[in-house]
Amino acid sequence: MKSLAELKAIREKALKEINLRDNADKIRVVVGMATCGIAAGARPVMNAFVEELNKRNIKNVNVLMTGCVGACRLEPMAEVIDARGEKTTYVKLDADKARKIVVEHLVNGRPVIEYTIGETERE
Amino acid sequence: MFYRSHVLVCGGTGCTASQSNEIIKQFEKLLEDNNIENEVKVVKTGCFGLCEKGPIVVVYPEGATYSRVTPDDVKEIVSEHLVKGRIVKRLLLGEKEAEDVSKALEDVGFFKRQHRIALRNCGVINPENIEEYIAREGYLALGKVLTEMSPAQVIDIIKKSGLRGRGGGGFPTGLKWEFASKPQADQKYVCCNADEGDPGAFMDRSILEGDPHSVIEAMAIAGYAIGADKGFIYVRAEYPIAVTRLNIALKQAKEYGLLGRNIFGTDFSFDIEIRLGAGAFVCGEETALMTSVEGKRGEPRPRPPFPANKGLWQKPTILNNVETYANIPAIILNGPEWFSGIGTEKSKGTKVFAIGGKINNTGLVEIPMGTTLREVIYDIGGGIPNEKKFKAAQTGGPSGGCIPADKIDTPIDYDNLTELGSMMGSGGLIVMDEDNCMVDIAKFFLDFTVDESCGKCPPCRIGTKRMYEILEKITEGRGEDGDIEKLELLAKNIKASALCGLGQTAPNPILSTLRYFRDEYEAHIYEKRCPAGVCKALLRYVIDEDKCKGCSLCARKCPVNAISGELRKPYHIDQSICIKCGACMETCKFGAISKV
Repeated sequence: MKSLAELKAIREKALKEINLRDNADKIRVVVGMATCGIAAGARPVMNAFVEELNKRNIKNVNVLMTGCVGACRLEPMAEVIDARGEKTTYVKLDADKARKIVVEHLVNGRPVIEYTIGETERE
Repeated sequence: MFYRSHVLVCGGTGCTASQSNEIIKQFEKLLEDNNIENEVKVVKTGCFGLCEKGPIVVVYPEGATYSRVTPDDVKEIVSEHLVKGRIVKRLLLGEKEAEDVSKALEDVGFFKRQHRIALRNCGVINPENIEEYIAREGYLALGKVLTEMSPAQVIDIIKKSGLRGRGGGGFPTGLKWEFASKPQADQKYVCCNADEGDPGAFMDRSILEGDPHSVIEAMAIAGYAIGADKGFIYVRAEYPIAVTRLNIALKQAKEYGLLGRNIFGTDFSFDIEIRLGAGAFVCGEETALMTSVEGKRGEPRPRPPFPANKGLWQKPTILNNVETYANIPAIILNGPEWFSGIGTEKSKGTKVFAIGGKINNTGLVEIPMGTTLREVIYDIGGGIPNEKKFKAAQTGGPSGGCIPADKIDTPIDYDNLTELGSMMGSGGLIVMDEDNCMVDIAKFFLDFTVDESCGKCPPCRIGTKRMYEILEKITEGRGEDGDIEKLELLAKNIKASALCGLGQTAPNPILSTLRYFRDEYEAHIYEKRCPAGVCKALLRYVIDEDKCKGCSLCARKCPVNAISGELRKPYHIDQSICIKCGACMETCKFGAISKV
């Protein structure tokens, strides 16, 4: 160890690894992972969320799983719940859509209206 | 690779004994079977502290805490929780089954009242991975000290924090460091006392198992403060998991250049070696420990000279306990005012206690100084099993004493415990209920000191043995008038004349039980009666003729055929044959048998 800067660099990297174990005041991305969700392809969706968040070094988001909410035909679904409890429900997702939600919604704060349940159901 | 979930499994000694290694293996296998081994990471951590409810498994990001997990339960956790996201409610820690939420660890009653400084990383990180320690601000304090502070400033911070030795004596740590920093010498040493010996105490083991780097970092800081470049950790060989993890931690610290030459690019170099003790209690005494590190027989020597002037190999040396060291990095990073803001006027910070005995939540807790015994036993410890009445708590192990029930609201700190005739000790806290005989307890601890006396000085070698013999006599119903006075005289003389701390404190369990429970001694001696019904020689099992239905169950159960009688008529116990095992009382369906 040659300098404090070197230690801090290791710390930054290692923090990403264990950040998951701190769940205070975070935005939650809840992916439906019941049988219906899994069959519709929820697993790659969830993995896409996890990968994209880590790639972009976003620390204030936890990706969680939940069961069936009853709208099985709309799976894979995911809900983004911000720190205030505001909920956005996304439906009929795939991995690419998940990545876009990370960029648009979680990074830039602009919900991707076209993937939301309200927009999809109108069609 | 990025994981969406971490499964933390306790790898402390307690949980390892209840198959946590098998649980980890089972998780790894089932994750692979379900093809999610790249999504979920299994981490072996140190002790969570809730040993009674072990093995503990915590699943993040939800923070769901599962208790008493068996290898068979793993399948359900994997298929329900990790694959489908459904928390397995029946395994959740301590919550009512009806409750629907998974509580974060910090919200469980057992943890809520705690304040974790020394245990800050135990159960949170993987102790075999230095980067997880670094992620939790590890080695930042060492970096700060080496690049920004002078040794005198470091000592000043420790002095101002008010930290006192956590090994039992309570000597101010900063002062100890200052003494050792003064002498000029070509070589100085930093020692760590990990020879935890009190029966029922396992704080130091848990810290070494769960967060070994905190001790290593603090020893390097101490080395810088006093001008030493060499450290020794004296740990007992009976702690195999702690020793393994220490070795791994030392190796990693060297690889990362956090031990060795020119740490953080400064002139400071520091290295640590481990010395294994063979488990002699006396080697926890500082002079005996150092003699043992030198490779000689572990016997104490008179002080002065004190180790700060002449310690290891006659060189200035400091010796601190594991828990003391574990506090140091946090004090450096958060400042002395932060630390001295916690606790009471003369006892700052927190103390880790290993709670055992008659208590629901056996385990490890860290509480701010000044917490009352009542809070520890009832709020954190979950009370006494079977609604029994609290009688006393024993602290300080064989060197300490008892705190009786009427002192249960005393705030716990060094001075209050000393005033009550007990001591802080290293942190063993044994809870006793109405079924414990205090003479028997005193005898238990004396038995321990007789065994562990090194034999160098006669007051300890012979004196403790004589006291033990008197206690044996009393518990066997042969006590006579004058025994109590004899005990008191012996105790006074041993305290005044023994060579080291072991002998000087050995009479404490007797003195303190005599102080609060003299009536029990008197009942044994004058009435030949053991009020708690523990001392076998003093109790009899009798059958109540009115209640006995003559079913013969007890007679058939009795291992020595001491019970006889005619069917459907009251039975009778022959006291000359009875070995007082209590089997008859347990088996009687009519409550006809009692101890008197």
